[in-house]
Amino acid sequence: MGEFIKIENLCHAYASSQDEQVLALDHIDLTITAGEFVAVIGTNGSGKSTLAKHLNALLLPTSGDCLINGLSTTQPENLWKIRQLVGMVFQNPDNQIVATVVEEDVAFGPENLGLPPAQIVERVETALELVGMSDYRLHGPHLLSGGQKQRVAIAGALAMQSQCLVLDEPTAMLDPLGRQEVLQTVKELHASSGMTVVYITHFMEEAAAADRIVVMGAGKVLYSGSPVEVFSQVALLKELGLDVPLAAEIAKRLRENGIDLPENIITDEELAVALCP
Amino acid sequence: MSISLKNVTYTYMPKTPFEKTAIDTINLEIQRGEFVAIIGHTGSGKSTLVQHLNGILKPTQGTVTVDGVDLHDKKAAAKAARSKVGMVFQYPEHQLFEETIYADIAFGPKNLGLTEDEIDQRVKRAMNFVGLDFDQYAQRSPFQLSGGQMRRVAIAGVIALEPEYLILDEPSAGLDPRGRDEIFQEIVQLYQSSGITVILVSHNMEDVAKMATRLIVMNGGKVSLDGSPLEVFREPEKLKTAGVDVPPVTALLRLLKLRGLPIDDSLLTIDEAVATITTALGERKEC
Repeated sequence: MGEFIKIENLCHAYASSQDEQVLALDHIDLTITAGEFVAVIGTNGSGKSTLAKHLNALLLPTSGDCLINGLSTTQPENLWKIRQLVGMVFQNPDNQIVATVVEEDVAFGPENLGLPPAQIVERVETALELVGMSDYRLHGPHLLSGGQKQRVAIAGALAMQSQCLVLDEPTAMLDPLGRQEVLQTVKELHASSGMTVVYITHFMEEAAAADRIVVMGAGKVLYSGSPVEVFSQVALLKELGLDVPLAAEIAKRLRENGIDLPENIITDEELAVALCP
Repeated sequence: MSISLKNVTYTYMPKTPFEKTAIDTINLEIQRGEFVAIIGHTGSGKSTLVQHLNGILKPTQGTVTVDGVDLHDKKAAAKAARSKVGMVFQYPEHQLFEETIYADIAFGPKNLGLTEDEIDQRVKRAMNFVGLDFDQYAQRSPFQLSGGQMRRVAIAGVIALEPEYLILDEPSAGLDPRGRDEIFQEIVQLYQSSGITVILVSHNMEDVAKMATRLIVMNGGKVSLDGSPLEVFREPEKLKTAGVDVPPVTALLRLLKLRGLPIDDSLLTIDEAVATITTALGERKEC
């Protein structure tokens, strides 16, 4: 497995209202392996979305480099290829649906690749199948629930045969059921097709599903490690203003009360096993 | 003094193939001084319901009265009654439009025809309530703020109208955990200090459980549960049917009890949970 995303010393600056240069991304180094499922957490304004937009060249580095499958986003001739490789799903499902029928929306990308119609139909069917939306292929997207719309958006990326899915807070506007639907779809896709996934979220129980969690703050990568490693840093996360999974927090408080518990508890189930052997 | 709904039914796109009854024969009374949370999954009718509370939607059948006045009466009293109810929509920061924060918050009060002095007082009070320093922020553009701050400006714009009932539709959506906690703290402070009636639509069970005095669970356009947080979260089956989660703390305690830990599983806060688990473990060691 090679490096799919390689970010080297990347800075992104923009001019603030007072004409000062503000570094939204401040010398970032980050490598993501092909097939990895990485969650990115951090407060509003920590640079998560700015980073995500570099991954398919919606934003370009002010300095440093961003390589996608070896292709630099700073070279204009690479853009077309990079945007095929990396599919994006945004926070607001209504901002990314372009067609009035679900299957046409999913077909929008492949049509622009100039594929023969038979192949487009095949890709659309497979993509909708994978996100569990086949029954809705002739529905109007505006009549779907938020979770269903996000799954249609994911299908759009799949129909492009993207190798990497970047999701920028895809569940922020959804109810608990919709959130489960989207996370479950992403987990299944990652497990079955080995897609590289970059998943930005404020919900720690979603981040816990990833192979690795990257913690961002003030434009920098502050910490990177497995969910167990990251969520055992209860003090660091609290200081940054982030949540900790409930079981990790309760386990920490119980340890402070003198109860002997292992350090690696992050789910309810693990806490239950430790407390009720 | 209350908002009262009698047999309220609302049908979207009646007499078309898309006809859908969003809320169905709702009877509800919200008293002055309550802190009510309305929960339910997407499509359960909660947004349709709250849009009836200040007359944005007119019931297909039934009546909505605020302090005894029918909102859809033709008289001037109906207009006055509607203005008692302030509404903060989802993602209210999308509605900011003025050049300065001051002007944006002053827009509502100006349209009420108040004097400059009164407007000034109201803007200051509203900014104070949402935790924005007047001297630092009043003359800045609202568009150069963080997401959480923009949302505060939008909420201040509604508070400046000094409504007696305040409706907030998902005020924490899209905010990070700290921003979410801050917004909720400010709403609780506003509730406690001014005695305003708060009606909150939320998916966040944990926060709802901590703040609200009363929970209304919507399902299929009807009220499926109505009571205090403790009463409502004691009905896991009905909540599940309504597609609503119990708060994470309650879910965890329930799991532990199921596995044989003798604890109280109706608790709602982390502090209480830690205390009951510690006690239970202590007792287990003794025997």
